[in-house]
Amino acid sequence: MYSKGFKPLAAASAVTLSASLILVFFYAPLDADQGFVQKIFYVHVPMAIVALCGFVAGGVMAIRHLRSGDPSWDLRSYVAIHMSIILGLGVLVTGSIWARASWGHWWVWDEPVLVSFLVVFLLYCVYYPLRFSIEDPERQARYSSVFAITAGAFVPLNFVAVRLAEAYTHPRVLSQTGGSLPGEMRLTFLVSLAAMGLLFVTLWKLELTAKHAAMELKRLRRRLADRQPAAVA
Amino acid sequence: MPALPLDEAGKYVAGAYVVFLTLIVVYVAIIGAKIARIDREVTELNELLEGEE
Repeated sequence: MYSKGFKPLAAASAVTLSASLILVFFYAPLDADQGFVQKIFYVHVPMAIVALCGFVAGGVMAIRHLRSGDPSWDLRSYVAIHMSIILGLGVLVTGSIWARASWGHWWVWDEPVLVSFLVVFLLYCVYYPLRFSIEDPERQARYSSVFAITAGAFVPLNFVAVRLAEAYTHPRVLSQTGGSLPGEMRLTFLVSLAAMGLLFVTLWKLELTAKHAAMELKRLRRRLADRQPAAVA
Repeated sequence: MPALPLDEAGKYVAGAYVVFLTLIVVYVAIIGAKIARIDREVTELNELLEGEE
């Protein structure tokens, strides 16, 4: 059901990820201001963008769940949020490493970009206890969807915070005028972003397939257990 | 802050990319282990059904 087109997607992810790594280390020029440390940008920023898009996508899927009542949309939403939290963790750690190398501190509390991302990340950490504290599957799916929609609507605030931030260390990468990155850097960034997006979709499909198979197996076991007493009788 | 020399900056860059790769590898390993367990259970169920027949 969910594994359709998985192999070509996985191959495309592997190819674009390899291409992005080659571009990062052998093609993109060194940043005049930050030097070699700026290479972290090509993993940190795409990961942040994809994680935030994943949170919003989780909210959109939750809307589809509430509108249709189809539990498969809740599963899709849950896996999208789960994947985004994993990437979010990566964003926070790589961001800290970059902050340490650039500013000399692991964390800067007066930097709105960092703090707003942390707020979004912590908000979504609440999703797990909320979801798994409800036993009834239907209520669990409904409440989780409401949370995913509400939190998903909050995420764009993070982008607004980035736009309003004045810190020169977080330059505006892509704007209406095409961004402030030189050509080679922009190409490398766009390939890295595409690679991260493809990786996200590939892993999302992989987890969906695994979860769906586990659910089918459980259903099969239940049916078999129901059949056995009848067979004995 | 002035740009770090290459040897020092390299550690931070390597650290960031290692964090990313570790996350992906650990995640894929966990999902892989889950799929292997499902595969094992499906085989068990098949054997059980074949035994019944």
